[in-house]
Amino acid sequence: MVAGDAIAAPLDGLAGDPARGEAVVRNRETANCLICHAIPGTAEPFMGDVGPPLAGVGSRLSPGQVRLRLVDPTRVNPGAIMPAYHRTEGLRRVDPRYRGEPVLSAQEVEDVVAYLAGLKE
Amino acid sequence: MTAGRRAARALLLALPWLVAGLLAGAAEIRPTRDYLSPGLRDAQEDPSRHPGWLWVEEGEALWREGARSCQSCHGDIAGMAGVAARYPAVAEDGALLNLEGRIERCRARHQGAPAFGYESEPLLALTAAVALRSHGQPVAVETGGAAAPFLEEGRRFYEARQGQLNLSCGQCHDDNAGRRLRGDVISNGLGTGYPAYRLDWNTLGSLHRRLRACSLGVRAEQLPLGAPEYLALELFLASRAAGLPIEAPGLRR
Repeated sequence: MVAGDAIAAPLDGLAGDPARGEAVVRNRETANCLICHAIPGTAEPFMGDVGPPLAGVGSRLSPGQVRLRLVDPTRVNPGAIMPAYHRTEGLRRVDPRYRGEPVLSAQEVEDVVAYLAGLKE
Repeated sequence: MTAGRRAARALLLALPWLVAGLLAGAAEIRPTRDYLSPGLRDAQEDPSRHPGWLWVEEGEALWREGARSCQSCHGDIAGMAGVAARYPAVAEDGALLNLEGRIERCRARHQGAPAFGYESEPLLALTAAVALRSHGQPVAVETGGAAAPFLEEGRRFYEARQGQLNLSCGQCHDDNAGRRLRGDVISNGLGTGYPAYRLDWNTLGSLHRRLRACSLGVRAEQLPLGAPEYLALELFLASRAAGLPIEAPGLRR
């Protein structure tokens, strides 16, 4: 399903919803994207700057490229600091509460892809 | 856009991040106080604005307490100057002890008293009072000889990715020190300020309590306070801090 630096097809054939995706991005308990990234057009305080701002990411990357970077950024860059949000293999010392579980479900990944793909410049 | 222009544009967009990465990822390891807000940095050095001093005073009282007090063997606590800068250290029986472990062992062996227990108020207080006597002194842990295998174990722990979020310590504390996680500035992850009063905790706490919070943050197994892995990591962190000042009792967000 990985071709080049992208996963072209939606996970499990699911359709993403951008509004739900924005909620996932802003959720501090699950993906917590804003611990490292800033998003445009919100009054969200204390966004991180470890990763690049997400404004315009939908113009820089295709939905398939965004999808692979969410599922497992180490497939693009082995040294990536960004966690893999839909991967369970090859992880060490995982908290027993999360063992065998991805951070985000396939549906949540598709929702975030839909939201980020819409962040055009 | 042609593919070539698109690639050039992507590179231009990425450039500020590459440059920032070079600055933020500098190999230099700086004291944690350099990463604190100016207000917190000043308060750390001001007993009237640093709640951790309440534990120091309690620890100084404990030092003198009882017939077989710490003071009855060691003399005034001022004689502990420089000790905290040399811990963790390998004991005569080959065990790696941090300052808390050394105090607990001293109680059991020389005072005939039961252990206080990790993270107990009296152990935090005594540790803080002893550590204060090294405040400002350069960290100088032994890393060779019997300490070498522990140091290597600590280094491996530090460098390995772990947890559901698959992060190593160094990916934040080396590669991204100075950048922000939400509102928090990432430091070089030194243990020099512990025990520290954390505003987040509203109390004084040990380095191992802080390490458990890091484990939780990357969704890795939280190891018990005093776990061998955390002890080895504590030694490795101290080796990274070699020559940098002890800040204990620290003040942290």
